[in-house]
Amino acid sequence: MSPALQGLITIAIGVGGCLSYFYLSNLFLDKVLFPARGPNAGRNINRANMIRPWLFLAPALMALGLYLAYPVIETLRLSLTERIPGGGYRWVGLDNYSLMFAEAKFWEAMRNNMLWLIVVPAASTAFGLLVAQLTDRIRWGSFAKSLIFMPMAISFVGAAVIFKLVYDTRPIEQDQIGILNALWLQFDGGAGSWLLLKALPALILAGFAALSGFVGWLILRPVIAGRFHGFGTPARIVATAASAAIVVLSVRGIFELIGADFNYGAPQTWLTVPFWNSLFLMVVLIWIQTGFAMVILSAALRGIPEETIEAAIVDGAGPFQIFFQIKVPQIMGTIVVVWTTITLVVLKVFDIVFAMTNGQWETQVLANYMFDKLFRANNWGVGSASAMIIMLLVTPILVWNVYNARKEMR
Amino acid sequence: MSNIAGSRSTLNWVVHLSVLGLVLLWLFPTVGLFVSSFRTADQISTSGWWKALFPSEQNLTLRATNPGDVEQLEEGGRWFISGNFFDEGVEASVSVWGVSSRDIAAFTPGDTADLGDGEAITVDANGDYVWSGAAKLEGRGQRVFATATTPPEFTLGNYRTVLFSNSTTDSMAKAFFNTLTVTIPATIIPIVIAAFAAYALAWMDFPGRALLIAVIVGLLVVPLQLALIPLLRLHLGIGIGKGYLGVWLAHTGFGLPLAIYLLRNYMVGLPRDIIENAKVDGATDFQIFTKIILPLSVPALASFAIFQFLWTWNDLLVAKVFLIDATGETTVMTNQIVELLGTRGGNWEILATAAFVSIAVPLAVFFAMQKYLVRGLLAGSVK
Repeated sequence: MSPALQGLITIAIGVGGCLSYFYLSNLFLDKVLFPARGPNAGRNINRANMIRPWLFLAPALMALGLYLAYPVIETLRLSLTERIPGGGYRWVGLDNYSLMFAEAKFWEAMRNNMLWLIVVPAASTAFGLLVAQLTDRIRWGSFAKSLIFMPMAISFVGAAVIFKLVYDTRPIEQDQIGILNALWLQFDGGAGSWLLLKALPALILAGFAALSGFVGWLILRPVIAGRFHGFGTPARIVATAASAAIVVLSVRGIFELIGADFNYGAPQTWLTVPFWNSLFLMVVLIWIQTGFAMVILSAALRGIPEETIEAAIVDGAGPFQIFFQIKVPQIMGTIVVVWTTITLVVLKVFDIVFAMTNGQWETQVLANYMFDKLFRANNWGVGSASAMIIMLLVTPILVWNVYNARKEMR
Repeated sequence: MSNIAGSRSTLNWVVHLSVLGLVLLWLFPTVGLFVSSFRTADQISTSGWWKALFPSEQNLTLRATNPGDVEQLEEGGRWFISGNFFDEGVEASVSVWGVSSRDIAAFTPGDTADLGDGEAITVDANGDYVWSGAAKLEGRGQRVFATATTPPEFTLGNYRTVLFSNSTTDSMAKAFFNTLTVTIPATIIPIVIAAFAAYALAWMDFPGRALLIAVIVGLLVVPLQLALIPLLRLHLGIGIGKGYLGVWLAHTGFGLPLAIYLLRNYMVGLPRDIIENAKVDGATDFQIFTKIILPLSVPALASFAIFQFLWTWNDLLVAKVFLIDATGETTVMTNQIVELLGTRGGNWEILATAAFVSIAVPLAVFFAMQKYLVRGLLAGSVK
């Protein structure tokens, strides 16, 4: 049977099945099980109304339970067992984890993931905020936004191909066909190169360090002043520690950058230079996610009450003061949402690394490491253990989201 | 005040220019791939795509028509062949030329080169040549080396190869239909299931409702990496194996939390009066749902449909785990592109075109239904 036909039949069965399930089960409930007539009519209606929500929910709950909840438990179990050759499983406790922790490739993946977790959400949110603010008041703003938003529709694999062309390398005697190398060969190590490749990035890094230090201070301030109690305090201290780590990392980055010895005049194979290649992979995700950040933040900026800005203008605030001291604090909540959403995407990033380097040249990340263990090494125990690590990293965001959703519903 | 107005307009210029810069920066990589997909393999590997948009100067080896193929004119004891080196419609211009590969810049257009044995050739800037000899010309056409500026040249040949050829590695036609086969049921089925659940969570009172919503918010972020092994085992165990049914079920399961969350948030916002009036008039929940809620929720349904469509169309991981078996009959486009990257990493004309074929459909959906996508994003990010 042709797959297209099979697809049509599945749609028909799926949709028709769902609809008739809902219709018939409701009918059964009202007409057969608890009919709204006879001596018990009142009680029957009440009973039917108690059961009906579960009829509506049943297919969804079954699918959710089977495809999301059960796997979490099962993966946990699998990560504690080992496959016996010939069939069956054996309980091995934490052996898979210690095996994994002893592996250098795992720690490489962890290190890279941490770097991804810092760079990608920060850069995407920053660029998104920048574009959202810049396009806010100009006439062709929505057109510009839809072009920057466009990469959202492109698959990670498509983006990987796009950027492979950007990073392509040819021998020195040929014309470069990758734009990055063509640009790179324009630099000769003179003053211009120093300004553009060292001073400017160092300045950007310094600005970034200052910004994250400032944000850390903003988060910590209420705790020091003792104005904040309860659940938030540890979270705030953790966030401050994270931003302090970012500051340290960026300052170290500045020194490394200034001291670095660039290989001017030779085309580079960008994806094989350790550390830098991870950054080049991150560029792909930043390119995709900036549009998302921009859309959400742009809506948040639009939602800021006009009066607050007018008041600031009347008080003589300049455009930068308005942006940093009036607008940004008011959309802080949205910035956090954007940041955590991108963090989730980063934790699951697989396609980009898989298609561009497949974890070679020290670009491994957790999701690809896990895929490697599962389907190439065929080691389900260690694969499950690494999946649990991803789950562990997601858990704080999960708790935070649930906490917020419950707060909102009350 | 004038001073404020002055700085305003400078700032305005800076804003316009930086937005333009950012937009170009964001477009540049995609445009590169797009332009490359219309160039021949030779063109791609010899010059950067950004040069393809402008006339380029190239060293060419040209050959006059073979004497056997044309009629020669005889005039005053000399035999003549005349013609043009370039194909019809190509507007190239020759800057210098020569008749020996060791001296390719010996002559300027309009000069006449002496070829010995009484033969001579004259080449004009537009490629016209007159080749003459004291005796009737024989053998192969005269070779000329020219440095010429040729206009941009594009071809649809790559798309012909990728879409219509029968090559097993390069043809995307099968993968295209496979992707479509995966995508459409995987988009429609979760919508139906989620809509009913969302209605129950939004408008029906029952104990445990708040808890259920919290669970769904939690499930929103569960990485699907966790689901791979247990579900693959389950599918293999109950006999679904690797195939379309498995991938449809998997996409349905993974898409449900977002679907329920988006639709519930939307349905909660519908006016309470309508629903209560309908209840007073004796409508059952099933009727309220199908006759009132569903039609009113079309925008939210569209939002989710676009999300799910983009996500399933662009997915690689789920397809690799649940769909593609050893025969590779059911390969999807993303997977085939990754394989092309491995086997034909240098053949940019095939890669670029294949990638563009897979990108084209989501881009069309994106630009046509951007409004709904934005609306869905705004509603879907947990606040």
